[in-house]
Amino acid sequence: MMPELGKYAGAVLGSYAASIALIVVLVGWSLWRAAKVRRALAEVEARAGAKTDG
Amino acid sequence: MSLWEYANPQKFMQLSRKVLPWVAAASLLCLVGGLAWGFFGTPDDYKQGSTVKIIYLHVPAAMMAINAWVMMLVASLVWLIRRHHVSALAAKAAAPVGLIFTLIALATGALWGQPMWGTWWAWDPRLTSFLILALFYLGYIALWQAIDDPDTAADLTSVLCMVGSVFALLSRYAVNFWNQGLHQGASLSLDKKENVADVFWFPLLVCIAGFVLLFLALVLLRTRTEIRLRRMNALIARERMG
Repeated sequence: MMPELGKYAGAVLGSYAASIALIVVLVGWSLWRAAKVRRALAEVEARAGAKTDG
Repeated sequence: MSLWEYANPQKFMQLSRKVLPWVAAASLLCLVGGLAWGFFGTPDDYKQGSTVKIIYLHVPAAMMAINAWVMMLVASLVWLIRRHHVSALAAKAAAPVGLIFTLIALATGALWGQPMWGTWWAWDPRLTSFLILALFYLGYIALWQAIDDPDTAADLTSVLCMVGSVFALLSRYAVNFWNQGLHQGASLSLDKKENVADVFWFPLLVCIAGFVLLFLALVLLRTRTEIRLRRMNALIARERMG
């Protein structure tokens, strides 16, 4: 159940919303970039016939 | 077995592949558990009312904003002294994470400051040094992007990191140097009388663990990406030469 935040509800909920949004964007961007680079490296390695790095 | 073995990119990739899922899972557990405990399971403060719940985000984010820069400093020094590429790439990988933690600390500080101090912002020593730290993070990230040669970029960003360390330290100790600011002293202390009350302290400890583990997981993930990117660029360069 939601705690009673009183007149400070805006400040508290705003803090949680802003922080969680920033963390989600950072994690999402890091994962997206990791997947993109992994795919691109696999293509280059396949072209070069090189061993994959793990 | 020496720690320096992990400066070998292949060893680092092998170890980080095994460790990363566990660190990420532990971070998620601590963050969700700690924030839920703090938000739903703790009472209001007798002075600050429900705004005390902001502590579970503000304090860990501020701590990690400074510690991320310290980690970057250590990695930069390792690069400058021993020329290990993984350390330079780890410093590069940590910068956006540190920047986001600094922004969280600034945003939650403003949202907390408004009802408590009656203002979103003041040119207080700690607030100002944190703003400068955020600008240093931006400058550090921009410098990496601006230089094509990765070794030159690593050299110059390492020097910038050493200069910025003054502000990272200043943002930690600003409240001790000057007493005229709005910002209170450190919330955490080894002295039980100075430290926050236990009812807030235990969930805060879990949140701090969550932020530390999140930082570690993101730095591992992003360093792996940087190593792959470097290998890809080397292969492309070899292709072009051949």
